[in-house]
Amino acid sequence: MSASPAIIRRIVTQRQMKPKRLHPWPVRVMHWANAVAMITMIGSGWGIYDDSVIFHFVYFPKSIVIGSWAAESLLWHLAAMWLLVVNGAAYLVYGFATGRFRERLLPIRVRDIVATVRDTLHLKIAHEDLTVYNAVQKVLYIVAIGAGVSQVVSGIAIWKPIQFSGLISLLGGFQGARLVHFAGMSILVGFLLVHVALALLVPQTLWAMLTGGPHLTRRAGGHR
Amino acid sequence: MRSPFRPAIAPDPAILDDHRGLIRTIERRGILRGGLSLGALTMLTGCDVGESSSIGRALRAVSAFNDRVQEAIFDPNKLAPEYPDAMILRPPRFNAYYEIEDVKPVDGDAWRLELAGLVADKRPWTRRQIADLPEREMTIRHICVEGWDYIGQWSGVPLRTFLERVGADLTAKYVAFKTADDYPSSIDMATALHPQTLLATKYARETLPDPFGYPLRLRTATKLGFKNPKWITAIEVTNTYSGGYWEDRGFNWHSGI
Repeated sequence: MSASPAIIRRIVTQRQMKPKRLHPWPVRVMHWANAVAMITMIGSGWGIYDDSVIFHFVYFPKSIVIGSWAAESLLWHLAAMWLLVVNGAAYLVYGFATGRFRERLLPIRVRDIVATVRDTLHLKIAHEDLTVYNAVQKVLYIVAIGAGVSQVVSGIAIWKPIQFSGLISLLGGFQGARLVHFAGMSILVGFLLVHVALALLVPQTLWAMLTGGPHLTRRAGGHR
Repeated sequence: MRSPFRPAIAPDPAILDDHRGLIRTIERRGILRGGLSLGALTMLTGCDVGESSSIGRALRAVSAFNDRVQEAIFDPNKLAPEYPDAMILRPPRFNAYYEIEDVKPVDGDAWRLELAGLVADKRPWTRRQIADLPEREMTIRHICVEGWDYIGQWSGVPLRTFLERVGADLTAKYVAFKTADDYPSSIDMATALHPQTLLATKYARETLPDPFGYPLRLRTATKLGFKNPKWITAIEVTNTYSGGYWEDRGFNWHSGI
């Protein structure tokens, strides 16, 4: 049996007419899957780090690490890595293929950054329109995505320093790779603190990431 | 057509009346809330990932899957980088499941290397016989699962040469080791046959000091430090997985680098 061309045309038109939401369902699923993966990777990574610290006196208390000892932390870390990598790859493909990255994260103008920083210092956090990211937000998201990619690359180098010895030389040796991996973690934890604090400060954003958020008008995705 | 799942005799509708109270309390919200608590429960038991808990078993299953992935990643022809003599750490860094003071030296003259499993010639080896075998030297990076590393220079007969000499079945899956300090371990055959996998008898061109495995230890350049048992007393070639001291306690078995 074949659907009549008229029905197909109607379905296609309906899909085109249906207004897109700020966070379509794939974005929401990938966001929360990534939240689980990141928190597991960071918590278990702290447990692994504690076994042989890079900086003396910098260690993570047992109460906040995932895994009661190094072997357990490693089990968590090398299991959650699959979720992080598969989900992260899907997110990158989706972001580029649908144009979401271009729409949401570009362009970034220096004067916009200055203006946003000035507004923020005057305690004016403009979030009336959730569909437009301010310049600082754009920069933060790009830094976080870059740090995530860097974590995967340095993580692979640490996991397989002989099989991928080229990566190790690129990162300045095995301890260099550990340092890069630690730095990437620090950037991501810093991002998470700001990200979660702002989400709690402007709860509509949190709600939008659960339910999809406002419908985008034709103009949406355009720039301020 | 009638659904095959529908019973031939319909249940008495009175059953619904009997359970009216219960049915009325079924709410979507309640099921959602229950689902959330179930999710939260997994977080609680997350503290316990021993072999007995379901999370522990799931994590170990992923670890076993990671073994297969690592076997696929392992390139038998890829050599680990080697380093100049000036970088060799003397003496090497000690590490075991006990302190260096508790090392029990092995009597090299009385020592024998036993063979078991899929090996044609199972006659035990003396230290002198092993010393007559061809030797290879390698200056490689030792990487500990904890995160530290150092450069060490090891020499001894390549494990591949030894296995060929005793007529081992090189298509077997595992090479397992028993040691004088009760530290069993096992490696995959691909790693056993790698040119930088040695039965080491020397460190920095001198006889292995007691704490580092005299008279014979494994040194493989393509695995983490803990996969290198010291004071080896027996080698078994087998198709049966036998784990190891740390492996049985949760560390990943393959641990290739």
